[in-house]
Amino acid sequence: MKSTILLLLLSLGAAGVHAKPPSTYAIRGARIVTVSGATLEKGTVLIRGGLIQDVGANVDIPADAWVIDGHGLIVYPGLIDSLSTLGLAEAEPADAPAGQRRSPPAAQQTPARGPEDRPATTSWLRAADMINPADRRIESARNAGFTNAVTFPQRGMFAGQGAVIALAGERPGDMVVATPAGMYLTLSTAGSGGFPSSLMGVMAYIRQVYLDAEHYKLARQQYASRANGAQRLPYDRALEGVLEAPRILLPASRAVEIERMLKFAAELKTPAVLYGGHEAYRAADVLRKTGTPLLINLRWPERGREEDPERMDSLRILRLRELAPSSPAELAKAGCRFAFYTGGIPMRDLRKAVKRALDAGLSHADAVRAFTLSPAEIYGVADRLGSIDRGKIANLVITDGELFAERTQIKYIFVDGVKYEPLPEPAEEREANR
Amino acid sequence: MRRAGVLLMAALLPALAAPPVVIRNANVITITKGNFKGSVLLRDGKIEAFGEKIVIPSGAEIIDAAGQYVMPGIIDPHSHIASESVNEGSISVSSMVTIEDVLNPEDIAIYRALAGGVTTAAIMHGSANAVGGQSAVIKMRWGKNAAGILFGNAKPILKLALGENPKRRGNPTGQTPPRYPASRMGVEDVIRQAFTEARNYRDAWREYEAKVKRGERALPPRKDLKLEPLVEVLEGKRLVHAHCYRADEILMILRLADEFGFRIHALVHALEGYKVAKEIAAHNAGATTFSDWWAYKMEVADAIPYNAALMFKKGVQVSLNSDDAELMRRLNLEAAKVVKYGGVSENDALAMITIMPARQLGIEDRVGSIEIGKDADLVIFDRHPLSSYAKVQKVIIDGEVYFDRDRDATERTAREREKKALIEKARERQKQSAAPARRPS
Repeated sequence: MKSTILLLLLSLGAAGVHAKPPSTYAIRGARIVTVSGATLEKGTVLIRGGLIQDVGANVDIPADAWVIDGHGLIVYPGLIDSLSTLGLAEAEPADAPAGQRRSPPAAQQTPARGPEDRPATTSWLRAADMINPADRRIESARNAGFTNAVTFPQRGMFAGQGAVIALAGERPGDMVVATPAGMYLTLSTAGSGGFPSSLMGVMAYIRQVYLDAEHYKLARQQYASRANGAQRLPYDRALEGVLEAPRILLPASRAVEIERMLKFAAELKTPAVLYGGHEAYRAADVLRKTGTPLLINLRWPERGREEDPERMDSLRILRLRELAPSSPAELAKAGCRFAFYTGGIPMRDLRKAVKRALDAGLSHADAVRAFTLSPAEIYGVADRLGSIDRGKIANLVITDGELFAERTQIKYIFVDGVKYEPLPEPAEEREANR
Repeated sequence: MRRAGVLLMAALLPALAAPPVVIRNANVITITKGNFKGSVLLRDGKIEAFGEKIVIPSGAEIIDAAGQYVMPGIIDPHSHIASESVNEGSISVSSMVTIEDVLNPEDIAIYRALAGGVTTAAIMHGSANAVGGQSAVIKMRWGKNAAGILFGNAKPILKLALGENPKRRGNPTGQTPPRYPASRMGVEDVIRQAFTEARNYRDAWREYEAKVKRGERALPPRKDLKLEPLVEVLEGKRLVHAHCYRADEILMILRLADEFGFRIHALVHALEGYKVAKEIAAHNAGATTFSDWWAYKMEVADAIPYNAALMFKKGVQVSLNSDDAELMRRLNLEAAKVVKYGGVSENDALAMITIMPARQLGIEDRVGSIEIGKDADLVIFDRHPLSSYAKVQKVIIDGEVYFDRDRDATERTAREREKKALIEKARERQKQSAAPARRPS
């Protein structure tokens, strides 16, 4: 590693050399994968005040900039984990399959007697209000190149509002980039013997809640226009939360589920994003037709190690395990919008998981996009994240080789213009992650 | 020149897309139009002609069924296959749920039913609660998606349930808290309460609409997915199938329906229906039953194999249902048992698995018999369908062959080969991922 650091002593205040990190960096002479446009074979990225101030082949480097010699380095936009629980203290076990988490919210004690009891609903919860910067997984994700995550409460049917967060920051408020990012829905049943106890019950419930929300909005408007002499409207925090969400996330892994959820989303008249997507290689057509984006879980399906060796898997399941990693390539070919999420896999397995998608025909550029600009577009934050462009937040990952390649090392990570250098994971944590 | 060629091609295309199909030399059982030896012509998914001698259009695909039997596709009016839910048993009135939401067109039971000659089935909500959910009528179009297996424009159906099942959760089990009702009286009360609520709900909407008409400012009532289907029942827009066993509860539901002014289109199971056949006929209710499946709980203790025959002779529309993926594959033998016990004619017995269930589902104008203009849903047996040696050879839905015994045999080997290869690949992957992770230097 050979980087020249130019330090201007004049810029330092009385507090001393180590008190304040520099706010201006220039990464010079590096290969720059902008994602939004052409890759610059030799260019400079100028970071100032947490933003990308300039990028190009010829950028004037101001005198106060710390210069990083980019020779032999590649600069990518910081990666975004498009669906996670990073930064949320009470995380579910990572290996619970998407959409099938069982536990209802703690508040739900007596069995619900119908939709009116709002079972397993915490639509008013906001991830942005629950961020814990001390979550140890944040550093591990950052060291793997992630600068952002879209993080959601994930318990119950209407779990709550997500937030786009930065994976660095001292205080929770520093970390929130955008909120609310969307409502996370699961199709898990309420549990404790209450309503709903079946998949069709869950769908009927969600449908009723959207009808109720529409009615609530209308009633609220009427009441606001003439309160005097009118019946007071009860406040319903569940519906307030539903009405606030700019989009909903619906679980859909099998092709049957993808079609089912696309139909359902159209019925709910709410912009939807599907998550799961393992059998999307069979559903590229419908996804393209509806234009609904899909978040693909990188925890590829495999037979569990503990499973009965005598058990015969169906042909569909066997095909799914073989072909799930071909979903991203099929979607790219069809021109569908999709992004990746890590699904809680250990960061050391990330490369392997991406490699399976690449081996199945996904181009490297499309893989990078699915971690950067695509999730930013899906969540409506492409004006500030997802590519290396002037004015965007200075979230970058700088490597000594192609991202996801076997021997590539991550040299620096920038989050909001602050530089981080990954350290190898301590041995203890490696064991804990097993 | 070239353009003319293209135009000619375009003109020919629709005809080329689906050539008419002729099944000839067959013993044809039409159910409603008699039996004969001859041909059936299918075109564009419909039955176009049949008879001892018909004109075979040029370019028709010929299926020679010499020595074989052709009958309309079997209809199962009560099944739980192809669905990812059966019961929403948490509450006593769950009419907001619908099977259509959770159809699974990849359930292998569809193919198995198809191989047993079934072409149409009503996928029902279970019987865990007094007012169950909405059903979905499907055709066994194996290989199509959820929208593709829907019968299409079938009348919607609501399931009610009486007797032991809906009251079972009224008693504490230690696992789930008890839920009203716990008795047969309670079941009746729940259903009456539900329809009363539905009536009030309908009135609230009418009142709102009247206000709007008068130009008054009004807030519409909250749309209630639980009550909407019940209002449809009251308005005769939705059929009712009621799960029942005992004579007393059969009479109860018929009286309750009369009170609210709707009809029970099918009493499901109705194993004691023979005791009140006259009353069932008077209500114009159908009954769908088993031939000889009983003794699995107290309320089915009084069942007899003559039930179907006795009800039929009293003028009840009787059908046979499977309620089970396995029994579904041999409904023709269920019909055969009705000939054995009770001496129903062979034709009437076959009507119990074709036209009579079609009537109970309100789809008799499209399926259930071989008639001109009806859907081309046919099954070809190698022997008389009431023979226990009869095997399904081909099943045709909408004029398309969905099951072919010979094709199935060939495909089996290819599938086995693919399966083996995939298992081998998965093993390879597992070996690789088990290799020790590279440690950072």
